[in-house]
Amino acid sequence: MSEYKSGSNLEKVLKSGQFAFTGECGPPQGANVEHLREKAGHLKGCVDAVNVTDNQTAVVRMSSWAASLILLQEGLEPNFQMVCRDRNRLAIQSDILGVYSMGIRNMLCLSGDHQKFGNHPDAKNVFDIDSMQLIHTVKTMRDEGKFLNGQDVDVPPRLFIGAASNPFAEPFDFRVYRLAKKISAGADFIQTQCIYNMAKFREFMKKAVDMGLHEKCYILAGVTPMKSVGMALYMAKQVPGMDVPDSLIQRLRGAGKGKVAEEGIRFALEQIEEFKEMEGVAGVHLMAIEWEHRVPEIAERAGVLPRPAV
Amino acid sequence: MIVAQPKPIKEVLEMVRDFKKILVVGCKGCVTVCNVGGAKEVGVLAAALRIAGKRSGRDIAVHEHTLERQCDPEYVGELEETIHDYDAVISIACGVGPQFLSERYPGVRIFPGVNTQFMGGAEAHGIWSERCAGCGTCVVHYFGGLCPIARCSKSLLNGPCGGSSNGKCEISKDVECIWDTIVRKMMEQDRLDELVEFKPPKSWSTARDGGPRRMSREELVK
Repeated sequence: MSEYKSGSNLEKVLKSGQFAFTGECGPPQGANVEHLREKAGHLKGCVDAVNVTDNQTAVVRMSSWAASLILLQEGLEPNFQMVCRDRNRLAIQSDILGVYSMGIRNMLCLSGDHQKFGNHPDAKNVFDIDSMQLIHTVKTMRDEGKFLNGQDVDVPPRLFIGAASNPFAEPFDFRVYRLAKKISAGADFIQTQCIYNMAKFREFMKKAVDMGLHEKCYILAGVTPMKSVGMALYMAKQVPGMDVPDSLIQRLRGAGKGKVAEEGIRFALEQIEEFKEMEGVAGVHLMAIEWEHRVPEIAERAGVLPRPAV
Repeated sequence: MIVAQPKPIKEVLEMVRDFKKILVVGCKGCVTVCNVGGAKEVGVLAAALRIAGKRSGRDIAVHEHTLERQCDPEYVGELEETIHDYDAVISIACGVGPQFLSERYPGVRIFPGVNTQFMGGAEAHGIWSERCAGCGTCVVHYFGGLCPIARCSKSLLNGPCGGSSNGKCEISKDVECIWDTIVRKMMEQDRLDELVEFKPPKSWSTARDGGPRRMSREELVK
């Protein structure tokens, strides 16, 4: 028996105690494989694993498992995302077996944005199970070799199980308990929602550490550099559960014309420096949305290169 | 109650535009309570149809009838003698009504005059909201007496999701986040231990997912 649950690169990096650095790559709205390869190429060597989003914001894109396989071909380690919005428990379990069989070793379990946001608002949603139950499903399949109906799995999928946590959604007091619940359900690692309100995140992490959650699970802090004031305002006002302090918006405004993106990156770098020292934070998840080409520079300036070979 | 709302009058007129003898049938059950399908609304719709007929220069006859309930053969049978005189019947009961009429009177053309919405109640006069999804296995006692299956946009059993903000759901500022209410209520009641308890996947076999449902109670079947 391996000392690892999945043997993924991400698991090895985290288990070795090194500060993890993960990235993200959204599949194309079409079969544009070349564009996907190009975006992924920027991340190569800069991150330990790449999240591949699953019809993010309920917009139809190339399936996350297919895009994950393309990343594998490119020599990157995917973190395959799966949402409960589009699949029932039959499809969920068969996709888990499918991705594992094709070499995927990390999986992030999410409920999924409601289809009302997306480009097919007339769709019927599924939500047969929720993200908590999805985490538990993967763990049961992996550790007990059982399907949800209790029947045996013929060769269990050995996946490193991820989950999301939004420290800024409400009710704030319950958020750390929900994190604890995800860990009990089987999450091996957590990637948080984009963090902008550092004071609130410090408070959240202190509670998590006081509860010993960081010893049961690896917590990666979510960072998305702001590209513009418009993006910051959009995040602040339009994205539910996002907490963007006015002070950050003022700071970006104050940067002056043509310098906002650089100021956004500077803020992200300051955050990463603090996360490196923050108790309970095992790494950073960098979500550079449609900004993959800037990741090498951000990683370099954040001092997280070269990535560890484990 | 079952809550419904009127179909747009244009849509109703379009449905019956080729018919001359029309019967509008109301129901004294839920749809009377939610002011959409009772005797009063039967009168309003019939008048609208007559006016539209006159305007378009068509000679049409519109009659009115309101049954005690359209979901009960005993009352549906009341129309036995008269329904065949009409070439179109508009039911303004919930979705059960037009079907009970269609099944009882296979030769008659039946049209729905309302859009059935949900099982819910009146929050205030003129405002209704959903409470029950009819899943067949009630679990509200686990959630502070509130149903996340009917009232959470994602039917989460282990909520709230990351989109909960200011007590509102991520899909709209007009939609309450029921998980926010559940969590606050249960924390207030000192029931955090129950909230952090993992709720396993639900069996949907008793819900519509298990196929169309039928129920018989032996002691009542004659």
